[in-house]
Amino acid sequence: MKVNQAHGGGLVSRILSEKASNKLKEQVSEFQDIAISSSMADIVQNVGHGVLSPLIGFMTKEEVDNVLDDMRLLSDTPWTIPILLDVDQTSGISIGDEVVLSLDGIPAATLSIEDIFTLNRRKFSQQVFGTQDSEHPGVARVHTMGKTLLGGKLSVISSPPTNFAEVTLYPLDTRILFKTKGWQTIVAFQTRNPPHLGHEYVEKTALTFVDGIFINPLIGPKKPGDFRDEVILDAYRALMKTYFLRENSVLSILRSPMYYAGPREAIHHAIMRKNFGCTHFIVGRDHAGVGIFYHPFAAQEIFSQFPDIGITSLPFKSFFYCTKCRSIANDKTCPHPTSDHVNFSGTEIRRHFKEGRIPPESLMRREVAEVIASHPEPFVK
Amino acid sequence: MCPKPKRKYTTVSIPRTLFTKIKARIEDTGFSSVSDYVTYVLREIFAEEVQQSTEKAFSSEDEKRVKERLRALGYLD
Repeated sequence: MKVNQAHGGGLVSRILSEKASNKLKEQVSEFQDIAISSSMADIVQNVGHGVLSPLIGFMTKEEVDNVLDDMRLLSDTPWTIPILLDVDQTSGISIGDEVVLSLDGIPAATLSIEDIFTLNRRKFSQQVFGTQDSEHPGVARVHTMGKTLLGGKLSVISSPPTNFAEVTLYPLDTRILFKTKGWQTIVAFQTRNPPHLGHEYVEKTALTFVDGIFINPLIGPKKPGDFRDEVILDAYRALMKTYFLRENSVLSILRSPMYYAGPREAIHHAIMRKNFGCTHFIVGRDHAGVGIFYHPFAAQEIFSQFPDIGITSLPFKSFFYCTKCRSIANDKTCPHPTSDHVNFSGTEIRRHFKEGRIPPESLMRREVAEVIASHPEPFVK
Repeated sequence: MCPKPKRKYTTVSIPRTLFTKIKARIEDTGFSSVSDYVTYVLREIFAEEVQQSTEKAFSSEDEKRVKERLRALGYLD
């Protein structure tokens, strides 16, 4: 029984053994310390656990330029989003040094510095986001990044305590889980919202053709007005308890920042799920998009540029509820006019909850809606 | 003195007749040159070969440890 190969050939592990980790903790005062954010600590953990295989650390300038220009690593392996460690100052740090990256004063990893360089914000924004408009949240974030980047190999010392530990799986876990379940074909579903009926329809349509589905909500910094992480998870738990088969579905989170990089991020999301062992990846309309910065189907079309990505994209059209069909449909399957269609609008669903109402069952399962409504504050403030 | 930048591309030779056939084939496709097409096809072939090769599996110790955790979390019975 074999699940999909990790990206670039082998699953990376940069987690130090307990013995090596303890030894390093004793020596930690000898290293220069760099404080990192919890979001950066998530990336460190993802490198350590192979979510970002074949990366073994933060990118050097040469690697970043290759990813920006060619959407490939120097090894020719597809890769679309540079993985960067930005810092505000580098006094006393030189190439060849080993430094400690700490979260809230606790050492998370060591970094063997191979490169110190400056971020070209304009080039980064243009290549990754296709725009330099600071209204784009990704571009805005680039402008807040530290001016210097450090590239080099990571060795992960410890995992910070985390909420949602009970639904946190890394690629080694999922690979063993999928193997034990006897799954060979696994479709991944990326989400950052509670499930409405359109999501469920896409998930189950994809599941029809594979052995199992890996539902993998992205957990991380969110915008005000977005659903809170615990709400998304509780909503999925409610859905899966009643409407999915336990033997062919798995729910687990992924801590990773959203870049809002549209097509490039769709490739990035697919690569991470390939590392979890998935063979297929669902790409919906305007995947990882924001506002009107990307063509609605650009994230689906970009996959044709990567014959060697090693995971099959499943592009889905937009679904709606047709009051005449009395079922979920899309414009390929429904002959009725748009006046008979109810769109699965996230904005509309949020409006129902904000006004203290439960969305209709043509939009969202009652069990899911009730769980969301039971949260005193379902939205990020 | 600045180090000489590495060249990103190199040249391979293919029969001129094949070149002509490819050039005709890629007209009105998304491929902008014969080089683009050949690169695409070669990457596709390499990827298939990599997929068919066997990746080093996890150790039995890893498997035992992870399975215990998966059971504790309720992912496995």
